[in-house]
Amino acid sequence: MGKILLEMKNITKTFPGVKALDNVNFQVEEGEIHALVGENGAGKSTLMNVLSGIYPHGTYEGDIVYDGEVCKFSNIKDSEKKGIVIIHQELALVPEMTIGENMFLGNEQGHKFAINWNKTYAEADKYLRMVGLTESSKELIKTIGTGKQQLVEIAKALAKKARLLILDEPTSSLNEEDSRALLDLMLSFKQQGMTMIIITHKLNEVSYVADKITVLRDGSTIETIDNHGTEPVSEERIIKGMVGREITNRFPKRPHVVPGEVKMEVSHWTVRHPLYSERKVVDDVSIYVRAGEVIGIYGLMGAGRTELAMSIFGQSYGVGITGELKLDGQPVKMRKSVAEAIRHKIAYVTEDRKGNGLILNKSITVNTTLANLRAVSSRTVIDGDKEYAAAEEYRGKLQIKTPSVEQLVGNLSGGNQQKVLLAKWMFAEPEILILDEPTRGIDVGAKYEIYCIINDLAAAGKSVVMISSELPEVLNMSDRVYVMNEGRIIDEVPAAEASQESIMAAIIRSGRGA
Amino acid sequence: MSEQVIGGQGTEKTPVPRREPKNIGLMIGNFFRKYTMVLALVAVVIFFGVLVEEKNSILSSKNLTSLITANTYVFILATGMLLCILTGGNIDLSVGSVVCLAGAVGCIMLEAKINMWLAVLAMMGIGLVIGVFQGFWIAKIRVPAFIATLSGFYAYRGFASWIMNGESHVGMIAKDSDFVKFFGSYNNSYVSSVLRGWFPALEQSAKDGWIASVEKIFTREGSFFRNLLFGVNSAKNFDVISFLIGLLAALIFIAMMVRKMIVQKKMGIKQSVPGQIITTVIVSLAIIWLSLALSYYKGFPMVLVWILLVLGVYAYITNRTAMGRHLYAVGGNEKATALSGIKTRNVYWFAYANIGLLAGLAGALTTGLNKGIDPKYGEGYEMDAIAACFIGGASAYGGTGKVSGMIIGAILMGVINKGMDLNGVEDPYKKVVKGLVLLAAVLFDVLSKRRKR
Repeated sequence: MGKILLEMKNITKTFPGVKALDNVNFQVEEGEIHALVGENGAGKSTLMNVLSGIYPHGTYEGDIVYDGEVCKFSNIKDSEKKGIVIIHQELALVPEMTIGENMFLGNEQGHKFAINWNKTYAEADKYLRMVGLTESSKELIKTIGTGKQQLVEIAKALAKKARLLILDEPTSSLNEEDSRALLDLMLSFKQQGMTMIIITHKLNEVSYVADKITVLRDGSTIETIDNHGTEPVSEERIIKGMVGREITNRFPKRPHVVPGEVKMEVSHWTVRHPLYSERKVVDDVSIYVRAGEVIGIYGLMGAGRTELAMSIFGQSYGVGITGELKLDGQPVKMRKSVAEAIRHKIAYVTEDRKGNGLILNKSITVNTTLANLRAVSSRTVIDGDKEYAAAEEYRGKLQIKTPSVEQLVGNLSGGNQQKVLLAKWMFAEPEILILDEPTRGIDVGAKYEIYCIINDLAAAGKSVVMISSELPEVLNMSDRVYVMNEGRIIDEVPAAEASQESIMAAIIRSGRGA
Repeated sequence: MSEQVIGGQGTEKTPVPRREPKNIGLMIGNFFRKYTMVLALVAVVIFFGVLVEEKNSILSSKNLTSLITANTYVFILATGMLLCILTGGNIDLSVGSVVCLAGAVGCIMLEAKINMWLAVLAMMGIGLVIGVFQGFWIAKIRVPAFIATLSGFYAYRGFASWIMNGESHVGMIAKDSDFVKFFGSYNNSYVSSVLRGWFPALEQSAKDGWIASVEKIFTREGSFFRNLLFGVNSAKNFDVISFLIGLLAALIFIAMMVRKMIVQKKMGIKQSVPGQIITTVIVSLAIIWLSLALSYYKGFPMVLVWILLVLGVYAYITNRTAMGRHLYAVGGNEKATALSGIKTRNVYWFAYANIGLLAGLAGALTTGLNKGIDPKYGEGYEMDAIAACFIGGASAYGGTGKVSGMIIGAILMGVINKGMDLNGVEDPYKKVVKGLVLLAAVLFDVLSKRRKR
């Protein structure tokens, strides 16, 4: 047993309405690679943000003991001084700056008012060699590929004299080859005595590099598995820890509705990334949904689900979209226009309710009618009374808890905001509703109410496409499940026949095959 | 290990409903926060109206009239500016130059004795075309608004100066021309003279009919109404027509408020009845007093008609129409608006086309008020318009701000400006004060928002 470098004791972190971390205990030994796994929202990133001081001391409960002393970090600089460096999933690089400038951003060499550029570039080159890059540090960041950018991030961390390196999904945007190179680099750092924490969804990577694996679920530590046995820990073993939760009536009973005609059918749908048009974000996808049916699209973050939905919704995402869209059996040529999608009775309820869904500094009324102002106005003049009545109607229908519909949406709780978002799209009177992560970040009670609304919609003959990365939700709420990974549909199963383990296994199989 | 008992899985957090303020302290706090600018305006008006020497009072009939005419362009341009600011803090730097260019074209047409309404149409047309043109770059090509309008700021002034050969045309339009009557400020540029021109019966009555007899009541030495005024008032005449129009306006306002209260009651909308009654009383009294004060000079100036028309139309557009709603939505959350099926680019285009049109109108008014135009006219107008919006509570990030707030902002600035003017404060000091007022207003906005979070 080595020396314990880091111990996080009884960490509890609460956000308004949600307990993100609940009494988490986490230990890392000096010189090991420790993997942190769990589903989306299990609390991995929150835990690392607590550790690195992004959530400063005092906003959480519990203690961080690092190198034998209790630490109270109030910002990232504090933790970096101790040698704790975090590399975020989203690369924090400035494209128009050189590699060297990026590496020493906020850590400038020389004097504060007189940067020593010779030293900067000499040091930068030194660290670049350490991560196996041969580029000159005077090149612009944007000229090198994503894989190399990830390595620059690591070099940047080394330049900060990292002792404990935290990598949050370091391979999520890398291909197989680059990923393997990065993992091997981690192993070589380990040889030199560096301690690392890796957060990842890719369980094959976990068993490849990790000495220990800690599983987080719903903000609690479930178990820590030792990976030193004669045989590597099996992926099934880890999956069980990740998803094995008890399910007690978290879902309303789904009434059996005999699905009607096929309402919407998408075939051979391919969508390209708006900036890197050689990248297919959605690749040859074919799905359909019947009237009165709820289909689930399950996949991990970045599987291309949101992109698929938004590309169907008036091409609001992506370029070079090919494939066929049929509504009620008729092929539809839809231009790049959300208004046209709404006219075709499609609604897309976004996963990002604050960023893409609601106008937070406006009232419930304004938000409810925004997508269908025509219904409450005559000759473009809004009838305030009609509008108020409409907002009141949906407040009652969806049980939005608010003193008045004139309340600003920004003041509501997450669950009520989600209901306002649903109200907005129900008010647009769609036939097909695409719900993207309809229960993200809301509490259990509100989730249940949202599920009831979804059931009511299906019972009223609407077609519901539910995108979710919560397996139990998908399995309990939908009639059929599509499993999506890396832009492709890799499986289609009736929900009754699917299990959490089988779906997770399918994803991992396809990931390895790619 | 410490044996802490902590609620296990699934601790349900019921959302905390936002508490309605109940105690008096909070209510007073909210009142001050909501009406800060109104209270600031009241304070400034009292300062410059009551506490200074009588002849310098901002509230004297003559000074009130000139306060209105001097700030005509601010009201018109700030209305357009508000539309742009609503879309997300975008501003239009070119309006001052557009005023000058439109004015130059109109002035030359008028000098050539072309029909005045044709000239006015041409001025507004030029403004609209410029607005559409700039809107094209901003909305469709996505040139940053600041840059697109900065280029206009230079270019249109250059055009204007070119058309005028760099020479001043001030005073080239006859004082007694119809154009000055409708767009300027001279002896007959008042509502009552226009009306008396249109309806001979009024003219007759003003000479020796009932209007003349009513006028006598008001102009009598020591008349009760006279005592309601501030400042020196030795007026020999009283404009009965303007006063009656003011009374009528107050009655219409009261009727509208009553109707609103009845409708809200019927629909079960929560409303504060005493609050609405207080507002109604204060506003209608203000209207009546203002008409009284103005009537003791020459009545409502024609430019006031244009101002009220513009304010009314755009207050309606922003409050009651779908396009108005879209302006606020784009400024509040552009992505969400686009994903609601609204063509956000057209919203920008609308805002810039409208500010162009209004700049054209402001050009006509500036030409009328000066009986001509000078290549330097309009300089700094854009900044006054921007300041009025921000002082009036528009957010620099877009999405919030009302025409009513902008009006308060414009009046506040106008009163401070004019008040200092009347009391002999020199220009450099005036500018410093203006700058500080703007900073204070925006600072207040930023701080009160921070506290809410």
